[in-house]
Amino acid sequence: MFSQIVSAIGAMIFGVAICAAYFWFSNKLLDLIFPAREGDDVHRAAVNLRRRGLIRPWLFLGPALFLLVVYLVYPVVATFILSFYGPDGSKFVGGANYLWALNDTEFRQSIFNNILWLAVVPAACTFFGLVIAVMTDRIWWGNIAKAVIFMPMAISFVGASVIWKFIYEYRGGTDTQIGLLNAIVKLFGGTPEVWITIPFWNNFFLMVMLIWIQTGFAMVILSAALRGIPEETIEAAVIDGANGWQIFWKIMVPQVWGTIATVWTTITILVLKVFDIVLTMTNGQWNTMVLANLMFNWLFRGGGDSGRSAVIALVIMVAVTPIMIWNIRRANAETKGR
Amino acid sequence: MIGNLGRIGPARIFVHAAVLLIVLLWLLPTLGIFVTALRDRDQIVASGWWTAFAGSSRTTAARLDGPDKAKPDGANFVISGALTVEGGGKIQSFGLRVQEPAAYKAGSPAQLENGETLTINADGSYRYQKSGAFEADARAKRVYLTVATPPQFTLDNYRGVLGGEGIGQSFINSLTVTIPATVIPILIAAFAAYALAWMEFPGRAILIALVVGLIVVPLQMSLIPLLRIYNEIGQIFGVPSKTYPGIWMAHTAFGLPLAIYLLRNYISGLPKEIIESARVDGASDFDIFVKIILPLSFPALASFAIFQFLWVWNDLLIAMVFLGTDKDHLVLTAALNALLGSRGGNWEILTASAFVTIIIPLLVFFGLQRYLVRGLLAGSVKGG
Repeated sequence: MFSQIVSAIGAMIFGVAICAAYFWFSNKLLDLIFPAREGDDVHRAAVNLRRRGLIRPWLFLGPALFLLVVYLVYPVVATFILSFYGPDGSKFVGGANYLWALNDTEFRQSIFNNILWLAVVPAACTFFGLVIAVMTDRIWWGNIAKAVIFMPMAISFVGASVIWKFIYEYRGGTDTQIGLLNAIVKLFGGTPEVWITIPFWNNFFLMVMLIWIQTGFAMVILSAALRGIPEETIEAAVIDGANGWQIFWKIMVPQVWGTIATVWTTITILVLKVFDIVLTMTNGQWNTMVLANLMFNWLFRGGGDSGRSAVIALVIMVAVTPIMIWNIRRANAETKGR
Repeated sequence: MIGNLGRIGPARIFVHAAVLLIVLLWLLPTLGIFVTALRDRDQIVASGWWTAFAGSSRTTAARLDGPDKAKPDGANFVISGALTVEGGGKIQSFGLRVQEPAAYKAGSPAQLENGETLTINADGSYRYQKSGAFEADARAKRVYLTVATPPQFTLDNYRGVLGGEGIGQSFINSLTVTIPATVIPILIAAFAAYALAWMEFPGRAILIALVVGLIVVPLQMSLIPLLRIYNEIGQIFGVPSKTYPGIWMAHTAFGLPLAIYLLRNYISGLPKEIIESARVDGASDFDIFVKIILPLSFPALASFAIFQFLWVWNDLLIAMVFLGTDKDHLVLTAALNALLGSRGGNWEILTASAFVTIIIPLLVFFGLQRYLVRGLLAGSVKGG
């Protein structure tokens, strides 16, 4: 145990040191190659200054650009190319992988489930987040309540799976039900069920987990946006005799609409990538497969099929592309305004 | 402002009750595993965790001594002794038939057929009496006991998983992955963010757009090509393809777009005068960055650090693909995932392991919640 800890610490220091050393030495080197003073030659000194100004941004950006290109840009291109090749990526098969996807029932099931997830989870998180934000802002112990609802954000999907598997736990025969859900069902005279194996509805039992995790995120951001609403607009509505319901829907919601859209998209992206929950809860059995898991499955199933998994990855990519474009446009508009 | 709503909205009581209900709903699942991890393994399966504080009762069977141990006592014959109750606890009641395990109260004599009397006390001592001799060839009598167990909590489950299930080792692996994968991207992203915010060079606008666009690229895209690169590098240099530096780089790269975006937003918002006066004083960009930007950006750096830490610690996919699932490199999430497969019904192991994986992020989360919220807001509301 002790030697493990020592080697772990060694590895950590080594990793961080290499990174820090790059920045320090590369900048020192640049200053050495193009010194600010070169004897009495003012002209050369000025040239050096300009050259340093040209090169230094790339020294600063270098590692980031290298990593972004190798780990994110190149893979998009490579995946696209691989999608036209066979299982081991060496034989060109044209559109065969795409044809396979169109006709594969599991793929269609995954698309259907993904749409289900996309329809339910972002909407539910945003809605609950908004309602809870409004309510907790009005009570004195609201911050404590917020901390509790925000807490699942810190819990891994795998940890959440253990937590929720325990909630859904089913025990056969006359055994005492130790899963909370079945115990409640039994209390009200119902029949305990193996919840995560009920086709179609089990999707919702998995979605509940993600809603449980992500509502806190929506709540925090929407709560901040709600605080930014100018007081006058609400006061004016109160004077005009609006009730709480009207104030919520007609005054508050329209004013935080931009934030709602941001929260919604952020959770949408997350849902498209959701992998851990399905893997740990059902591994795609009982009709719960989603694209990210199907892709992972094909990546490793029986030696792996990089062509088919590339097609699935591309489908996910295509789904996020509109969001990507929207993001870039918004960021551009913002930069120009600055 | 929102306070005004309280007076005009629906009754305040309703709001309090509704929030309380939501808080309970959000807390209960986690509470369930925290309580369960502290319970005795036999009790976990015998009763729901919500009964843990109330104590529990269970039915077990035991056998009295046989007729050969009978001793004459005046006109009667008596078999006496003490029953040992597995798992401890007090006997509440007993019975002779499995259908009626609680027919008689402990401590008071039960009148049976054939002039027999049986008394079983709470501590397990018993007295079985018959007005005549016991039949010599009869079997020892079987009795059913209802045993009440007081609430019991134990740390045994934790001892078990930290040693036996490899969770301790995985804990260290997780730390080894997480700490550099948190520090390195911050360093790289901060330099890049500074360059994008304050340095003039051609192509800056395109790079910013690239970074923003890459925020949403699904990780899944990267898996196949990267696995190939890793395998090739591994073969060329004769090193294993699944290494710690490999996963540090992967986590760093996947965290970078968001980190650069957040930090650039923050750094470009710093006062222009400070940076320009430092330039006039002859400070190089490197000096400005290290001596001025880094200290001023602490809040933004901290909030991203917490994010990246939680994200890396909680990750399963990248660890499974780039670090593998062999025992020496298994991170906590992967170890827990493996336990879910192999120990699906052993809740004492699962819950204790889950607690071990959850505790560090929860500590970080509650300790630094202020910064985390600030970071969230900087990233999401600014543009919204």
